[in-house]
Amino acid sequence: MRVGIVSVAQTPFRAYPQWRSHELTYLAVEEALRRAGLPFREGYDEIVTCSSDHWDGKTLSDIEHGEVSGAHLGPGEEKVSMDGANAVLLGFIKILSGHAEVVLVTAACKEMDVLDPSVIENFGFDVPFQQSLGLDFTQAAALQAVRFMHRYGLKREDFAEVVVESRNRAKTNPFLSMEGDLSLEEILGADLLAYPITRLDRRPPRDGACALVLAKEDRARQLTDRPVWIKGVGSCYEPHNLGDRDLSEPQALILAAKDACVMAGIEDPARGVDLFEISEHFSYQQLLWIEGLGLCPRGRSGELLRSGKFDRTGDLPVNPSGGLLGGVPRYVAGANRVIEAFYQLRGEAGARAVESEPKVALAHGTYGPAGQHHCVILLERGF
Amino acid sequence: MARRTAIVGVGQTFHRSRRPDVHIGELCAEAVKAALEDAEIHVRDIQAFVTGNMELFEGRYVQDMWLADWIGAVGKPGIRVTTGGTTGGTLASVAFELVASGLYDLVLAVGFEKQFEGDTRAGLKTVADPLWIRWQTTGAIGYFSRQARYYMKETGAPEEAGAMVRVRLAAHARNNPHAHLRLDLESVEEVLKSPYLIPPLRQLDMCPTSEGACAIVVASEERAARMARRPVWVKDWTSVHKEAIYVRGGRHSVADLEMAASRLFRRNGIQKPMEEISVAEIYAPSTWAELEWLEAYGFCEKGTAWRLEEKGVFYWNREFPVNPSGGVVCTNPIGATGLIRVAEVALQLRGDAGPRQISRKPTLGFSSAWGGSGWTVAHLLSSSKD
Repeated sequence: MRVGIVSVAQTPFRAYPQWRSHELTYLAVEEALRRAGLPFREGYDEIVTCSSDHWDGKTLSDIEHGEVSGAHLGPGEEKVSMDGANAVLLGFIKILSGHAEVVLVTAACKEMDVLDPSVIENFGFDVPFQQSLGLDFTQAAALQAVRFMHRYGLKREDFAEVVVESRNRAKTNPFLSMEGDLSLEEILGADLLAYPITRLDRRPPRDGACALVLAKEDRARQLTDRPVWIKGVGSCYEPHNLGDRDLSEPQALILAAKDACVMAGIEDPARGVDLFEISEHFSYQQLLWIEGLGLCPRGRSGELLRSGKFDRTGDLPVNPSGGLLGGVPRYVAGANRVIEAFYQLRGEAGARAVESEPKVALAHGTYGPAGQHHCVILLERGF
Repeated sequence: MARRTAIVGVGQTFHRSRRPDVHIGELCAEAVKAALEDAEIHVRDIQAFVTGNMELFEGRYVQDMWLADWIGAVGKPGIRVTTGGTTGGTLASVAFELVASGLYDLVLAVGFEKQFEGDTRAGLKTVADPLWIRWQTTGAIGYFSRQARYYMKETGAPEEAGAMVRVRLAAHARNNPHAHLRLDLESVEEVLKSPYLIPPLRQLDMCPTSEGACAIVVASEERAARMARRPVWVKDWTSVHKEAIYVRGGRHSVADLEMAASRLFRRNGIQKPMEEISVAEIYAPSTWAELEWLEAYGFCEKGTAWRLEEKGVFYWNREFPVNPSGGVVCTNPIGATGLIRVAEVALQLRGDAGPRQISRKPTLGFSSAWGGSGWTVAHLLSSSKD
């Protein structure tokens, strides 16, 4: 059985001080349903929402997100409290299981309301050991970046280059609010959060929401003449104790990508996939994930990035959208990667469209300290 | 459904109001180990994991990160679903879906709660919409005292009705070594001595706050044929939401319960639920909810549940056993509670429920989970494949 994405929608990602997070969800839901030609609450059997009670400041944040998705005495609703790519994955599973034919997937987060994310992130570490060290996700990422630098002789300039590139591309993406140019020196000279990560190496916080409509093959063809099929999925955990991991070896990403590729019948992503939308919450992660996906020899991603291999016009375009460093809210992040891949495969990516007319795309989401969990989704143009 | 699925192993911890002997990881490991032992498999056989709990109640964040090591999920796929009170039910549904999808043959779901580590009432208070009703919320007790009053008024049930339910559940819990409250309540009079929380709801009418975990192993048809235990087949599942904005203003509604059960019964050709279903494990946080909800699910006519309770119909050794485990009123580790319902029904259908095994020959079982602003997840399990 094939499962397709028939429509997507997302709000621009910026600050919405006057809105509540489920109101943003509603904007995305309304538009995604309209594009699929579905009335509110009808024509879809299940809803998968993605939100965080911590970032919404509310137990059962899906009361509101479900409500604006049409869950009241209608389609069943379930909340995934992980990165948004996993909500897409669960929607896909629901259709494959035969338990639903059409599924609405939403993701939302208003992280600009949160004054100090590190307080919440610190509670994500185990009680006996790592929490008491005062770690947050930026510090965990810094340890990973240092290990990555040490292993391959990389420099902070390699990571700063990713920021320059991402911000340039972000300017072509109407959903992102990134303005002005930054030089390498400005990035290297920005406030240091935890060596080697500066304020500009980190994904900037944003508010926003997105929605997708998934359907099984026959329904998908009824709802659109240009479906995008989900060809393969994979997800994986790594050990929690940072000391138990070789942080320069993104094992969970490697395994998740392998599962997705086996399912899609792709032997080598560097050859079988035309476009990559990956989740870098910190600049170094773009390079580390590129290497984890096997797109280039280990330790050489920085130099190949400079050569233009991963550009919009290069032979392996990575994040022509501007990626997460262009400013995409957490939780929405992975689902937004799927949506960007969808735009590219449908030829709706506007100024950020890659030139090669891609047929297969890989979308990736990650969450947890130093990418402890990864989710990979392979998509294929269905027309 | 694309593929048949079956429950091939269940396990739960013992439940107490505090479990200072273990941390969250160890607590979950205890349930996982029990489920794996029941299924007679090793954790490396499991292909995917489903976890969940109340996100805020322990005051912790992304708990699956820490749990990954303790439940054996490292290097494996995993998904985390948190749907409040229905979490346990949703965990089972998602595990069924993962197997039915054809992607995985053996999936483990684990739900837990360790309420003493955080502040449940503070967590629960933030359920209410901050703009409209947060200032007037009183946690679960306010809701269920109103529900009790409503049921008494509508059906003419006396105060003794709730107490009769409590006596039955106490008798059931005494048969269940895992139950949290195993009280020697023999008579209605003893229950009526219990202090009011908010009248007419008494302390003994309401569920406790428990710490504990539960896990189940779900297998595909081919895999189930090679397992140690008799498979318990999954017939169907559903979830129905009733959202906050619609229940504002105090109008009492059980539409979510009615819709979930009628959907399941209609889809599976069940005409007379009380005759065709041999055992029900329902998620009812108070004695009064249990009465009203048995009616809402369609097991008996409106206003008759308390009459049937009077006749003792719902005892484990009688015509229609309800909550032979002692139910939620005796044990409530929230994120695990819904999953315990599924696990208990599975044990009954297998005939492995020990002293609490129902007398009736079990063929079909019903389990439910409840939470949110009036959400229901319900499952239908069967001892036979078809």
